[in-house]
Amino acid sequence: MDDVKKTDAMDASTATLAELMIVAASEAWRNNGEVLASGIGVAPRIAASLAKLTHSPELLMTDSETFLVSEPIPLGPRGQGDGAHVPKYEGYMSFDRVFECVWGGRRHAMIGPSQIDRFGQSNLSVVGGSYEKPKSAILGVRGLPGNSINHMNSMFVPNHGPRVFVPGEVDMVSGVGYNPARFAPGMKMDYIDLRLIVTDLCVLDFGGPEHAIRVHSLHPGVSFDQVQTATGFPLLKVEQMRETPLPSAEQLALIRRLDPHNLRATTIKNNPPAVRTAS
Amino acid sequence: MALDKQLTAAAVVAQLRDGMTLGIGGWGPRRKPMTLVREILRSPLKDLTVVAYGGPEVGMLCAAGKVKKLVYGFVTMDAIPLEPYFRKAREAGALQVMELDEGMFEWGLRAAGMRMSFLPTRCGLGTDVIKRNPELKTIASPYDDGEVYLAMPALKLDAALLHVNEADRLGNTLMRANDPLFDHLFARAADRCYVSTEVLHDKLELDGATARLNFFERYLVSGVVHAPCGAHPTYSGPDYGWDLDHLKRYNASAAEEGGWEAYMNEFVRCSESEYLAKVGGVERVGKLRTPVF
Repeated sequence: MDDVKKTDAMDASTATLAELMIVAASEAWRNNGEVLASGIGVAPRIAASLAKLTHSPELLMTDSETFLVSEPIPLGPRGQGDGAHVPKYEGYMSFDRVFECVWGGRRHAMIGPSQIDRFGQSNLSVVGGSYEKPKSAILGVRGLPGNSINHMNSMFVPNHGPRVFVPGEVDMVSGVGYNPARFAPGMKMDYIDLRLIVTDLCVLDFGGPEHAIRVHSLHPGVSFDQVQTATGFPLLKVEQMRETPLPSAEQLALIRRLDPHNLRATTIKNNPPAVRTAS
Repeated sequence: MALDKQLTAAAVVAQLRDGMTLGIGGWGPRRKPMTLVREILRSPLKDLTVVAYGGPEVGMLCAAGKVKKLVYGFVTMDAIPLEPYFRKAREAGALQVMELDEGMFEWGLRAAGMRMSFLPTRCGLGTDVIKRNPELKTIASPYDDGEVYLAMPALKLDAALLHVNEADRLGNTLMRANDPLFDHLFARAADRCYVSTEVLHDKLELDGATARLNFFERYLVSGVVHAPCGAHPTYSGPDYGWDLDHLKRYNASAAEEGGWEAYMNEFVRCSESEYLAKVGGVERVGKLRTPVF
C-alpha cells in the first residue's frame, strides 16, 4: 500500500469520473445503521467498501460470496504469499441467509438496472419487442422484486441517457418504485425505500413531492439542462443544488487500495477525468 | 426398497419422461449437475418444464430444444453475465416462461416441500411479475392487519437433479461447498431426486462435524450417480473451480454458424469419460481455481 501512496499523486485533480461517482455512491450508505451493504458490480462494491472504511464502520459486508467480513475485501485477484490479502471473516451469509436478511429489511443494495422510470421502477429482465418475444433478453428480474419491496435500494448508472431513464414505465417492472397505481388496497408500500441514483452526470434522489426524482447534485461541468435532455421524464432539482464533490486525497487512497487492479477504469467508456475538459 | 441407489446417468434419464417438470439445483455457474444434463442432451427427452436458478445448463437445454417452459429468476454465468443460448431462445419467442423473483422461487420450492399449495410473500407485489404470470393470485391476511400478500404457488417438481461432493449408495449426501445454496429445497419439492456425486462411498461413516454437511435426508434421494467432475464446466467447491476457458468457448459458439451443433459434436456426442478427457481430465479440472469475487 505504501508503494501506491508514493507513486500516485493524491491530488483530487487526478481523480476520474468513476472515482467521483464511487465517492458519491458511498454516501448512499451513510446513517443507514447496522445493515448489510450490498454493492453489486465493481463501482457499487467499491463505494460500499469506502462507506464502511470511512463514515459508516457499522455496516455489514460480505466477501461477495458466502462470508461476512470485518474489513472490505479488495476487488480481483488477492495476490499470493506474504503480500496476499487474507479475508477477515466475522460471520456467515449464505444465499439463503441473504434472503432472510432481505425479507427482514436490514439491507441496502445498489445495482445497475438496464432501465429506470420516473417512479424509480427498474428493469433487469427484457427490453424492447414484446414480453413473449423481446428484442433483448437480459438477466431476468433476479432479486429486484423482493429487494425493492423490502429494504433500502440505490442505483448506479454509468451511461445516463434516455435509453436508461425511459419515458412512461420500464418495459418489465422488476424492481418496484413509488407508483401507487400498481398496488391494490391492502398491499404494503411502507418498506419501499429508494435512496440515490448515481450516474455519470449527476446524483438523483427521491425527495420531491410523492417521492419524485430530483437532481441532488451535478457533476463538475454538467448542467441541469444537459441532465434533463438525457432523461426521458421531467426532473426536479433540490433547492440549493451543489456540485458533486471531488474525492479527497484520503478517499482516493482508499479507493486505490480497495481496487488494486484498477477494475474501476472500465466503469465509463474511455475512463474520463472527474473534471471534464470544455468540449 | 433397495438401499443400493447407485444408477448410471443413462438409467436416471431413462426414468424421466417427456413433458416432466424438472428442477435443477445449483445457482448460475455454481454446482450444476452437468453430467446428468449432458445425458439429457444425448437423449430424445423433450417438452420439459425446467425450474432453475439458471446457469449454462439452461442455455444448453434450450439450444438442444429440450425446454418447453422455463421457470426462473435469472439465467447467467456470472463472469459471462448474459447466457447466450437462453437469450437466443427467449428472443426467438421459443420459450414459455414463468419469470419469478429469486425469493418467490425459493418460496415456491418450500411450499412444495411442505405440501402446501402456496406461501404468502410481499416479493413480486407491484411488479410485472404479477402481470406476466396471470396465474399468480393474492391473499389477504385473515388477522386484523388485513395485509394483502402474493400467494406464491408451490413449485412441485416431478424430478430434481443435484450435484454433491460425496454420497453413499444409500443416498446420504455431503455438500462441502461453503454455500449449500437451495439444493435441499429442490430435493424436498421433487417426487424423485437424483444426485450426481464427485465421490461415491459404499456407506458414509461420519464424525459430527462432517455430518453437519448433510443437508437433506436420504429418503428424499431416488438415485445416486457417480460422476467425477460432474459439475464441469460449472464449479463445485472445494473440489474444483469453474472452467472459464470452456465457458468462453461455449459462449463463443453461440455466435458461430452451426456453433451449437459443433459444441454438441465435440462435447456431448461422446461418453462422459471421453468428455472428461477432452476437457483435460481430472488432473486439469481438479486444478481449476474457485472464482474470486
